[in-house]
Amino acid sequence: MKVLLLGIAGGTARQVALALHAKGHQVTGIDRRPWPDAPRGVTVHAMDLRKRAAQDVFRTGRFDCVVHMATVSALTMSGDERSRLNVGGTRAVFEYALAAGVKQFVFVGRHTYYGAAAESPLYHTEDEPPMALGTFPELADLVAADLYAANELWRHPGMATAVLRLCYTLGASRTGTLAGFLSGKRVPMVLGYDPLFQFLDEGDAGTAIALAAERQLRGIFNVAGPAPLPLSTIVRQTGRTPVPLPEPLVRALIGRFGFPRLPVGALEHIKYPVIVDASAFKKATGFEPTVDEVEALRRYRALG
Amino acid sequence: MSRDDDVGSLIDRLELPFNRLGIDPYGISKAHLRTAFGALGFLYRRYFRVKAFGLEHVPARGRGMLVGNHSGGVALDGAMVLASMLFELTPPRLAQGMAEKFLAALPISSLWTSRCGQVVGTPENCIRLLEDERLLMVFPEGARGTAKLYTERYSLVGFGTGFMRLALKTKAPIIPFGFLGGGAAIPTITNLYKLGKLVGAPYVPVTPWLLPLPLPVDLEVHYGAPMHFEGTGDEEDSVILGYVEQVKQRIAVMIDTSRRERSARKHGGRP
Repeated sequence: MKVLLLGIAGGTARQVALALHAKGHQVTGIDRRPWPDAPRGVTVHAMDLRKRAAQDVFRTGRFDCVVHMATVSALTMSGDERSRLNVGGTRAVFEYALAAGVKQFVFVGRHTYYGAAAESPLYHTEDEPPMALGTFPELADLVAADLYAANELWRHPGMATAVLRLCYTLGASRTGTLAGFLSGKRVPMVLGYDPLFQFLDEGDAGTAIALAAERQLRGIFNVAGPAPLPLSTIVRQTGRTPVPLPEPLVRALIGRFGFPRLPVGALEHIKYPVIVDASAFKKATGFEPTVDEVEALRRYRALG
Repeated sequence: MSRDDDVGSLIDRLELPFNRLGIDPYGISKAHLRTAFGALGFLYRRYFRVKAFGLEHVPARGRGMLVGNHSGGVALDGAMVLASMLFELTPPRLAQGMAEKFLAALPISSLWTSRCGQVVGTPENCIRLLEDERLLMVFPEGARGTAKLYTERYSLVGFGTGFMRLALKTKAPIIPFGFLGGGAAIPTITNLYKLGKLVGAPYVPVTPWLLPLPLPVDLEVHYGAPMHFEGTGDEEDSVILGYVEQVKQRIAVMIDTSRRERSARKHGGRP
């Protein structure tokens, strides 16, 4: 199978490329960032996905499958820029893929689509709408990209589209929302809250996404592995120290004294859980994680 | 306290899928349960000297819904039902309450309710837990039930109907229970709704000594025979209301009978 992987230099995307390559698939990637130690046989085009040259890669590559992992979740980026990348970019790559006659499209979205709220169900299933846009409007572009991809499911039945809502990942690349949160030795938490977090070892995440491509999955699927753990447990098991601070203080510190500049709505994600039921994905692909939650944290701790 | 009664060993005997860190897939933590039930054990055995009757009606394993009356201005009743399930059943069981939303939203309470398995009472959570063969605890009177004044302590306010639809949908037995004494432990003379709104709760109960601190009165909980209802959960409201009324009546009779028996025991006579 010839696969085009968008955003190939990302931590989890590299694992997808490695998993597909190991199974004998021909992998090509596009990313603005380099991947210097990409394995032989994996072609990486260093270019902007929104430029003409990227469209040419689609047109000339005769790909069977496109895996789209080129959306961004960096909340520090301006809303306009994120929207251009996530919504505009997703629309463009669907158009390129359709024009090139691609048979399978895998859109890799995020489980945070569902939003964090005190009153939401503990385990989200794929039929639920996004709930927390009112408190966290900055997520809107990622939600819109997810919904756009889901639209393509029925608009273009000739191309099998899989929309994956992937939980957090942890691994050697130290990239992603959860890894970013664990970047310091002391991790701020909101006093009196300790939400469950769900995460998957980066290698297992790569295997799961590769399986979706190989099985020609069609539909919307939550992707997760082991059981979730409380945030404080994750912090401690990775060798960090949780620092619970009263909520008004956390709000005041955002953007100051080395704390990242985040929208206030992001705080909901360290107060309330976003947990997904991934049983439909498991049933459709037979995916089983090889690294459990405790081992994933032990390995992350060993990275320092 | 005998060895068997040791809180830690009882929690170790809970038939829940804890991982190597002592946490189950719903975030229930053995460490938090030990602390919480350590405190509840003192309240259950020493402070309130709770008597539990009809424990044989609670299934040892598998899904079930404990459905009862609210008694007392705060959720003392729920806490003592949880304690009775852990301290009196063999093997011990963890009842999982369907908590009010504000408990998950408030700091501290959010953390402890979650770590002790008391989840927000959404239909999705309820169905998932029952299909996972858990034991749920439901107070269909809701917050209006805990708001009962001292003079209304043995009455029942209107029951919600959601629990019945979910019991039908999941074919879960309903184990009715009557709780006695909570209204005397925390004799509410009025409820401050505006103050409640300020602190994020439905209301704040006021007792003759202002704060809702409970008196050490004897409490009783009576469990009744399981009630099974046939259906899909999609029935007309009139059908569901009829089933709910049967549960409410059963609980009302249990409260009434238990009060008479308790009075007879106190006075050494026959009920």
